[in-house]
Amino acid sequence: MAETTASGYIQHHLQNLTFGQLPDGGWGFAHTVAEAKSMGFWAFHVDTLGWSLFVGLIFILVFRMAAKKATSGQPGALQNFVEVLIEFVDGSVKDSFHGRSAVIAPLALTIFVWVFLMNAIDLVPVDWIPQLAMLITGDPHIPFRAVPTTDPNATMGMALSVFALIIFYSIKVKGIGGFIGELTLHPFGSKNIFIQALLIPVNFLLEFVTLIAKPISLALRLFGNMYAGELVFILIAVMFGSGLLWLSGLGVVLQWAWAVFHILIITLQAFIFMMLTIVYLSMAHEDNH
Amino acid sequence: MNINATLIGQSVAFFIFVLFCMKFVWPPVIAALQERQKKIAAGLDAANRAARDLELAQDKAGQQLREAKAQAAEIIEQAKKRGTQIVDEAREQARVEADRVKAQAQAEIEQEINSVKDALRTQLGSLAVEGAEKILGATIDQNAHAELVNKLAAEI
Repeated sequence: MAETTASGYIQHHLQNLTFGQLPDGGWGFAHTVAEAKSMGFWAFHVDTLGWSLFVGLIFILVFRMAAKKATSGQPGALQNFVEVLIEFVDGSVKDSFHGRSAVIAPLALTIFVWVFLMNAIDLVPVDWIPQLAMLITGDPHIPFRAVPTTDPNATMGMALSVFALIIFYSIKVKGIGGFIGELTLHPFGSKNIFIQALLIPVNFLLEFVTLIAKPISLALRLFGNMYAGELVFILIAVMFGSGLLWLSGLGVVLQWAWAVFHILIITLQAFIFMMLTIVYLSMAHEDNH
Repeated sequence: MNINATLIGQSVAFFIFVLFCMKFVWPPVIAALQERQKKIAAGLDAANRAARDLELAQDKAGQQLREAKAQAAEIIEQAKKRGTQIVDEAREQARVEADRVKAQAQAEIEQEINSVKDALRTQLGSLAVEGAEKILGATIDQNAHAELVNKLAAEI
C-alpha cells in the first residue's frame, strides 16, 4: 500500500488517473490531486474511460455474438441468456412507453447492461485493480479508480446523453413551438392574455427546473449510490491495514456482507437508470399539454 | 472528482454503444424471438386442428361402421328371403312336376287298361265261342253267330 495513513489511503483511492495538460505546458498524467485540478476541463480520466469502454465492448461483443447466431429454433445457453435480458427490457419498455420508437428499447438495454457491468466492477476488491495498475506501470503512487460509475463524469455523461435525447424527442414530437409552450404555458394557464403573459416567467421557472432536474437526478442518483458503496468498501479495506487481528477479521465479514448487499444495489441502480430513462423519454413523447 | 472532458468521452462512447446495439444486436434477437413465437403459435394451431381432424375422422369411422352393419343385416335379410323363396319355388315346381308325372302315368295306365280290356274282350269272345262249341258239341258257324258273339263281347 502506497499511503501509510488511513486518510491518505482513502484519498488515493478516490483519485482518478487524469491525463491532461501539466503546469509546465506538456501533456501527461497528473500525479497529485492539485495537479489534476489545475488541468481544468480539458483532461481525461483514463481509468474511467478505459474501464467503461472495456466493459462496454464486452457487452457489445457478447450480445453481438448471440445476435449473429440467433435462431428461432432451440436457443443455446448464450442466446437464452440474451433473450431473457432482451425480453425483460422489452417488457419494461412496453409497460411504460406507449409510443413506437426503434431507439428506446435498444437504448434501455444498453443502459441496463452497461451500467450493470460498470457497477459490477465494484465487487472486485478495492485494492486489486489499483495494485495491478501499479505493477504494470511500476509507479507506486499512481492513482487508479476502477469503477466508472463512481466518477460523476461517467454518470453525468450518460445522463446528459439521455437529456439530449429528451430534448430531441420533445422537439421532434411536439415541434419547437410545442416544446416552448410546454415550458411556458404550464402549469398555470389563463384565458386572459395579459394574465397569461404574466404567468409565463413563473411557468418557465417551474418547468425549467423540472426539466433540468431530470439529468441531474439521473446522474447523481447513480453516482451517489456507487460512490457511497465504494467508500464503504474502502473504509472496510482500511480495517485490513490497521494491523489489528480482530479488526481485520471483522473486516472480512463486513466485506462479504457488504458485497452481497451490493449485488442488489448494482442491479437496482442499473434498473433505475434504465427505467427513469424510459419514463423520461416516454414523457417527451407524450403530447398531453 | 473534477468535471472534465471525460464527460464528452463517456457520452460519445454511450451513443456509439447504443447505435451498435440498435443496429446489430436488437433486431436479430427480436426477430428470432418473434419468429419463435409465430412457430409456437402455428404449432399449437396445428395440434388443435389435428385433434379436431381426429375427432371428425373417428365420427366418420363410427358412422361408416354403423352403415356397414346395417347393410350387412339387410343383405342377410334379403338372402334369407331369397332362400325361402327359392325353396317355395322348388316345392311348387316339384309339386307340378309330380302332378304331371302322375297324370301321365294315370293316362298310360288307362290306356293299358283299355287295350287289355280290348284284348280280353276279343279273347273272351273266342273263349266263349269255344266254350259254347264244347258245350254244344257242335261247331257253331262262326259267321252265323259272329253277330251274337260280338254283342256279347261288347257287353263285357
